[in-house]
Amino acid sequence: MEEALVTGLAYAGAGLACTGMGGAAIGVGHVVGNYLSGALRNPSAAAGQTATMFIGIAFAEALGIFSFLVALLLMFAV
Amino acid sequence: MASEAPSEAHGAEDGGLVFHPMDQFIVKPLFGDGDIGVFTITNVTLWMGLAILAVVGIMVLGTRKRAIVPGRGQSIAEMAYGFIYKMVEDVAGKDGVKFFPYIMTLFMFIVCANFLGLLPMAFTTTSHIAVTAILAMAVFLTVTILGFALHGFGFLKVFWISAAPLPLRPILALIEVISYFVRPVSHSIRLAGNMMAGHAVIKVFAAFAAIAVISPLSVLAITAIYALEVLVSFIQAYVFAILTCVYLKDALHPHH
Repeated sequence: MEEALVTGLAYAGAGLACTGMGGAAIGVGHVVGNYLSGALRNPSAAAGQTATMFIGIAFAEALGIFSFLVALLLMFAV
Repeated sequence: MASEAPSEAHGAEDGGLVFHPMDQFIVKPLFGDGDIGVFTITNVTLWMGLAILAVVGIMVLGTRKRAIVPGRGQSIAEMAYGFIYKMVEDVAGKDGVKFFPYIMTLFMFIVCANFLGLLPMAFTTTSHIAVTAILAMAVFLTVTILGFALHGFGFLKVFWISAAPLPLRPILALIEVISYFVRPVSHSIRLAGNMMAGHAVIKVFAAFAAIAVISPLSVLAITAIYALEVLVSFIQAYVFAILTCVYLKDALHPHH
């Protein structure tokens, strides 16, 4: 009984941890959206900023990956 | 996760999917099924070796017959070379170019390992944190040692942001120190997490394809996700390389 409860709560926690990935999705969308609106205003400067955009995406996305990792740890390691 | 024994496969459980999406990441010995020691040849060894062979194949065979009008193989090798060279020059600066061979090696290895992992029945070596952590720790140690070798204790200025107002600087220094030491963690987990998540999603949809009612939809979904995964595999290798350049720039020019 006790063990079943712990397992169930771990799965619930894994599901809750996945909401963090939604935050990362919002962050990545924000970065790319702002890049695109800037690039359409000044297309000649856009090519030089692609690398910066990818760095921004990587940093925003890392936190989503952390929540995914928490979910995986709850499901397979705890 | 890397030390899971073959017997821990979940596929045989009752009531689950036909095969478990995480079973593809199990490290197995290639010959026989004994315990995994330090020198056991596993499927990780095999696919890592294949990735290295692929890099050598692309670069050596591609540049063997050098023509003024490049053929297909030479175009791929030249494009990869030019792409990474320009990135190192843009992000790390002119004096970062002497680290170009290292970054090129990292990029080519990661991109080949990622693409090989997309083959059916293949094993994705970069989905294991054990593999990516070694790559990320190598970058971290290189950057730290290089910074201290070039600037001595002046390298610590990387934590002291002189553009910020004076009362804020100690707080910012603390945040910078924390973020500096989290770098290898996020650097490795980003690659491993992306690869693991993407390949697990493909396998989840592949398991749905066994249910006859939704199998056409599932096959369409696999096709779409596969295309996305090809893109993600490339972008993650690119991001790994570009972040290495960003960290190198910190070591070469610690003054903000």
